[in-house]
Amino acid sequence: MNLLNPSVAVDPIHQFQITRWIEFHPGGIDLSFTNASGFMALGVILTIAFFGIAASKGSLVPSRLQSMAEIGYGFVADMVRGTAGEEGLKFFPFVFTLFFFIFFANMIGMVPYAFTTTSHIIVTAALALLVMTIVIGYGFYKNGLKFLGLFAPSLGDMHIVGKICLYSLLIPIEVISFFARPLTLSLRLFANMLAGHIMLKLFAGFAVIGMAVGGIGYLVTPLSFIMAVALNALELLVAGLQAYVFAILTCVYLSDALHPSH
Amino acid sequence: MLIALLAESAAHVSEHLPDDAPPPFPPFETWHMPSQLFWLAILFSILYLTLSRVILPKLSDTLEKRSDRIASDIDQAARLNDQALEAQQALELRLAQARNKARETSEKARQKMDVEMAAETARVDAEIEKKLDTADARIAGLRADAMKNVEQIAVDTADVILGRFGVSASKSELKKAVSAALE
Repeated sequence: MNLLNPSVAVDPIHQFQITRWIEFHPGGIDLSFTNASGFMALGVILTIAFFGIAASKGSLVPSRLQSMAEIGYGFVADMVRGTAGEEGLKFFPFVFTLFFFIFFANMIGMVPYAFTTTSHIIVTAALALLVMTIVIGYGFYKNGLKFLGLFAPSLGDMHIVGKICLYSLLIPIEVISFFARPLTLSLRLFANMLAGHIMLKLFAGFAVIGMAVGGIGYLVTPLSFIMAVALNALELLVAGLQAYVFAILTCVYLSDALHPSH
Repeated sequence: MLIALLAESAAHVSEHLPDDAPPPFPPFETWHMPSQLFWLAILFSILYLTLSRVILPKLSDTLEKRSDRIASDIDQAARLNDQALEAQQALELRLAQARNKARETSEKARQKMDVEMAAETARVDAEIEKKLDTADARIAGLRADAMKNVEQIAVDTADVILGRFGVSASKSELKKAVSAALE
């Protein structure tokens, strides 16, 4: 990465560029270890290191690090219990992994020159599809065909004609909303990370260009710089929030698989 | 004008872009998708397995151990508190008993002393009474003696006085006269 290359300095899209670090082409398929894979691995290593070190002592009176890990544990456990109930806790490791995978990826992305793995739709889509696969798979495994009751919420006491009319409206809506879930789930995270980083880069780029242009540019630079700083704070919030949103929506969907009749 | 300037500078910069400029939008490129999926699958699995097999059980163990410990500590504290309360009650009971006993003892002593004092007072009173009686008797005796002497003196005196007047009277008459006068 040539940091002095002007295209790197101002091009807001360049940060999403994927470059091969280690070539790997088994059977003609390009499975190279790229910068995306590298930063993803970094996130995984950091997560494991953080929780591994924090959990290793297991002392009754926790150190600060252990306390942080326990707070994270309690946070995700409460989230799962709150949305999916006690039975939802069997998915706790999955939700925990998901939350911290995304959280660390987003946070690493906030470091200048780092790559944001969650800014690629293929990653977020894969995660969303994984969630939906688990929801559908577990839903049918646990409830059998009753899982389809998810699309036909009970209407209580009602005349048969009214029921038919309502269901003919309700069922398509429910089906569409269900299949829109992986789309919204993946797009929300992807678009947030992408747009946020483009904005950051744009304002930071304006600050640099302003200085380079001179004249009125000296006015642009401080304003852009202030904006970039403010956006940085906002993006930190978004990075945490989007991980939380992804995890809690996963819990909500899992709750549907556990209790399909609303 | 500002925008024009920025556009100009951007154009100036873009002149430096290499000819084989990358396609405009990397997230929608397809060549890296298999590799992304491949590494995501591997890394996510590693993270999931490590967390769910090793780290989370340890964390939950620690949390459980701590809540157990806190619960048992609270139990023990409650038990000790009960014991302390019991001990306090026993202490109070024994204090009350001791106080009662002390009151009884002092009461008994007081009663005994009262009885002794009454007996002593009675004895002393009786003694005094006896002494008074003897004294009274003695006084009465002395007085009778004195009176007898007075009578004798009166008789003698009367006899002498009568003798001066040249009158003689018998002793018995004199005595009768004197005792009549004395009464």
